[in-house]
Amino acid sequence: MTEPSMQPPAVPRLALRGITKVYPSVVANDAIDLDVGPGEIHALLGENGAGKSTLVKIIYGVVRADAGEIRWDGRPVSIDSPGAARRVGIGMVFQHFSLFETLTVAENISLAVPGALRELSTRIAELSQRYGLPVDPRRPVHTLSVGERQRVEIVRCLLQEPKLLILDEPTSVLPPLAVDRLFGTLRQLAAEGCSILYISHKLDEIQSLCHAATVLRAGRVTGTVDPRRESAQSLARMMIGKDLPAAAHPEPAVDRQERLVVSGLSLPADDPFGTRLTDITLSVHSGEIVGIAGVSGNGQKELMTVLSGERLVEPPEAVRLCGVPAGRLGPRLRRARGLAFVPEERLGRGAVPPVTLAENALLTAAHLDMVRSGFVRVAQTRAFAARCIQEFDVKASGPDAAARSLSGGNLQRYLVGREILQQPKVLLVSQPTWGLDVGAAAFIRQRLVDMRNAGTAILVVSEELEELFEICDRIAVMFGGRLTPAVSVKATSVAEIGAWMTGLFPAERADATAGGRR
Amino acid sequence: MSDLLVALLAGTVTAATPLVFAALGELIAEKSGVLNLGVEGMMLMGAIAAFAGATTSGSLALGVVCGALAGAGMAGLFGVLALTLLANQVATGLALTIFGTGLSAFVGQGYVSLTLIGMQPIEVPGLSRIPLLGPVLFTQNALVYLSLMAFGVSHWFLYRTKAGLILRAVGESPESAHAVGYRVVRIRYAATLLGGALAGVAGAYLAVAYTPMWVEHMAAGRGWIALALVVFATWRPVRVLAGAYLFGGMTILQLHAQALGLAVPSQLLSALPYLATIGVLVAISRDVQTIRVNAPASLGKPFHPGD
Amino acid sequence: MRLRLESRPEPSRAMLLASPVIATSLTLAAGFVLFLALGQRPGAALHTFFVTPVSTWNGVAELLLKAAPLVLIAQGLTIGFRANVWNIGAEGQLILGAIAASALAIRFDGTTSAWLLPAMVAAGILGGMAWAAVPAFLRARFHANEILVTLMLTYVAGLLLSYLVHGPMRDPQGLNFPQSILFGESALFVNLLAGTRLNASVLFALAVTLGAWIFVTRTFAGYQMLVGGLAPLAARYAGFSETRAVWSALLIGGAAAGLAGVGEVAGPLGQLLPTVSPGYGFAAIIVAFVGRLHPFGIVAAGLLMSLLYLGGEAAQIALQVPYAVTSLFQGLLLFCLLGSDIFVFYRVRRAHRRSPIGGRP
Repeated sequence: MTEPSMQPPAVPRLALRGITKVYPSVVANDAIDLDVGPGEIHALLGENGAGKSTLVKIIYGVVRADAGEIRWDGRPVSIDSPGAARRVGIGMVFQHFSLFETLTVAENISLAVPGALRELSTRIAELSQRYGLPVDPRRPVHTLSVGERQRVEIVRCLLQEPKLLILDEPTSVLPPLAVDRLFGTLRQLAAEGCSILYISHKLDEIQSLCHAATVLRAGRVTGTVDPRRESAQSLARMMIGKDLPAAAHPEPAVDRQERLVVSGLSLPADDPFGTRLTDITLSVHSGEIVGIAGVSGNGQKELMTVLSGERLVEPPEAVRLCGVPAGRLGPRLRRARGLAFVPEERLGRGAVPPVTLAENALLTAAHLDMVRSGFVRVAQTRAFAARCIQEFDVKASGPDAAARSLSGGNLQRYLVGREILQQPKVLLVSQPTWGLDVGAAAFIRQRLVDMRNAGTAILVVSEELEELFEICDRIAVMFGGRLTPAVSVKATSVAEIGAWMTGLFPAERADATAGGRR
Repeated sequence: MSDLLVALLAGTVTAATPLVFAALGELIAEKSGVLNLGVEGMMLMGAIAAFAGATTSGSLALGVVCGALAGAGMAGLFGVLALTLLANQVATGLALTIFGTGLSAFVGQGYVSLTLIGMQPIEVPGLSRIPLLGPVLFTQNALVYLSLMAFGVSHWFLYRTKAGLILRAVGESPESAHAVGYRVVRIRYAATLLGGALAGVAGAYLAVAYTPMWVEHMAAGRGWIALALVVFATWRPVRVLAGAYLFGGMTILQLHAQALGLAVPSQLLSALPYLATIGVLVAISRDVQTIRVNAPASLGKPFHPGD
Repeated sequence: MRLRLESRPEPSRAMLLASPVIATSLTLAAGFVLFLALGQRPGAALHTFFVTPVSTWNGVAELLLKAAPLVLIAQGLTIGFRANVWNIGAEGQLILGAIAASALAIRFDGTTSAWLLPAMVAAGILGGMAWAAVPAFLRARFHANEILVTLMLTYVAGLLLSYLVHGPMRDPQGLNFPQSILFGESALFVNLLAGTRLNASVLFALAVTLGAWIFVTRTFAGYQMLVGGLAPLAARYAGFSETRAVWSALLIGGAAAGLAGVGEVAGPLGQLLPTVSPGYGFAAIIVAFVGRLHPFGIVAAGLLMSLLYLGGEAAQIALQVPYAVTSLFQGLLLFCLLGSDIFVFYRVRRAHRRSPIGGRP
């Protein structure tokens, strides 16, 4: 089984045997075996939908397995709640934090860890010092960045002195520099004897950090290896059953018009927890894909609501759409001028969950002859939806399927399809492949490249740097409400963009199409 | 003139008291994320229960206890529907008001003509001699003093105890509270029942102290005003108290209009509290930021672990 | 053994239809127990309550007469509820409609013009709309909660009515009773069925029902409002104006309520009184819910609610049961409906010691 690089432990700290979990529509976990030794950093690797989250929820007591056994230090244990897991000595940092925004760091921690507030504050300061996780106990959580909030979550776990720490996709919210700091902390913890179960789909991180890796695919273990001895290709093959899809290499188009131009836009946040935008300058031409990189929470959402028309701005010239000042135009007027937008929230914003796919087509494509004299032309909506389902390979029972009955990947195919079928001149996409399986992600990226080759101007906002480098012509970074100039993808590197993502901007603005500075 | 002033101020305190109870109760419920629009119904049930209890047993204190229990009982009904069965909180609250109004009218039929000697003011030794403040604040009945204590306890509880911290956390993010290990539904039930008990006491006050009698619909919309007060107070007990006294003053104005030389139709004066409620609502709601920062983020949303 | 609620992947169609039936049955059962407790013979009492009132033609006419305003108002309110705009002040809007229409009837008393009645109808609609325009404006401009504003205005409307019938609109020959003059022939609705009080207001209810159905199921505006209620972020994304939805919802509700108000004073009442409605504005809310917020369901629910009113009157006379039993049944019906509605979206399952929660792989 495992080839550990350290002395084989007499007894693994955590051992899973035959863990199985079946849901009505899918077998999430199928007879899974897993061993984690003391002081070992063990990766749980797999793509979205492979069963990692379910397995981890079973270990942490959120979900109960249908079959199988969990052993802790050799003895069988029954973990039937997160409280029980914590008592055994397991701590977990979730991908989505459970923090209370309006309370301070210390108050947040005091809700989970017994002890008086003042004593806790001291312990917090001590721990954060020791492990390089600086946090100020007195600050309210809503003032913290995502990286700082993650540190609070980790400190909260560490205060309970866990012997096994589980981290679920911890680096999806971190810029590259913060990732290094986190790895330093984890190595220190492992050296002190704490076991770490590290869930991720990022091969390079796992190769750099972990001693061992268990690979899951479709609910089963496809390999238990030492990632440092494997290649990215072999790991990928275990993860997805075939080789990584080759990246598309877009050719730059020749005849380019400015389709979307933002000039020196500044905007206060309309939400107490939002981000203010400062001096945003951007232009997107026909036949190109411009990407905006950056960790979520740096103003991307706010920028997209301005571009889509959900938020109106002054002066109207601050946003020009196909040459027309569009600052005061609402979403419907912008769509009439050739704009389309796929938002990052699918159910609830991109689609109305309880309503059918045909009715959801009305949401943005109504101007395609679906309304006459105020009445809805039902046949048209169904025809459109049927076309979309067919051309974008959406697995759904038909135009009358409720939007919420679709899986994430299929809904995203439908939403992207709905916008693309409107043949827009400008397409905005936010987090196009977040949470999707590799197949759906590759399909959507390919369609975006196809649109670009056909002359559409496309703006993509994404947290996945690899994705942006794969499909974009130019790339910019959003940080703290500011946008860097967009540089050609060929002229930069992941490392440089990674540095920009932490706020280290270039001194000069080299963008050829920059608008005037205010 | 000074007599009139004393009468006005003392009257303000007595008129404000039911609002203090009802609004504090609703505030606690809302802090945990529960929007209970049934305050009017709970107050009416509290009133009839208290009146029936007092006239039957001869004890005013027992009447008040009955009122609290009736209010809590109604709140429990709300809890079953909205917290366990996950019904829409707005609709359930409205149903509670309609049901409470009907049930109290039905039960109260036999009590309409009965009389009751209401609560008498209790003089606080020494303090009641202070000019102006004495008769206004320290010569009131037991429930008025209780209302001020309730305010003090609410404030201390919410901001100085761990239980209050947990309550506020639940109201802000029940998902996070659940993830940390707290029993969200239980905490919300407790807050809702407490809110109901206080609304019941508010109703009891109306029936055994303020105007010792029972008349259908005797709450006259105070439950709704209490709801508006919670918003106006941006969910803070101190401001609830201030708002309640403001409204108390407005109610009292009507009774002393003649003495004050106000030559306006009585209906206009009666309409003042309602118009004022609209006014304060507009004033506080116009700044969206204020509401968003202060309102419990999960207010009115059903919580189902695993959804 | 513990039970738990599990989310259904699709709302149950069976339960959508069955739920109001279950709620009615539960209410009847409760009524059975109630009458028993009151010392009545429950079977006979239920018969008096539910069957006797409609056993004559006059009874049926009364049923329709009371159902008309309920259905009318509920249709208007429903359009708003579906858009998440909660107009709780229909009672006040009804009163304003009644006042506006009465003002014309009083001002032009004695005329035989055929235009008086249509003018009164228009005035009633406008009066209701005007009263609803206040919360619309306050919500659209200041984000003030419409539930509280509409309610406060209901109390104010009642006080306004009281002032008017005690003062400016009081019948000078009325022996100081707070009521207006009796309206002349040309200010009253025509009788539809001899020997009964059934009048044209029933036709209004039918017309509005049809209009509501078309609006809700077939128009783009209806779709926009529905999306606004179901997924406000999606509505914003689509560019559907929330302001327009709020104004439409409240004005439509106000117009319907105002129309119902005219229907009362130019119909069965024939004059302006301190109480122009036995709580139709609130009962209509229940009718809307029990009718599943659907135009045709509302008709059925309206008839049921009307029967509850008639039953209450009959029980009061025949059985000496207090009239308040009507509002008791109304509240109970709504409660039972909200309770049984849960099973449209959830089903009951046995809970294991630690039940499987969530399925996000």
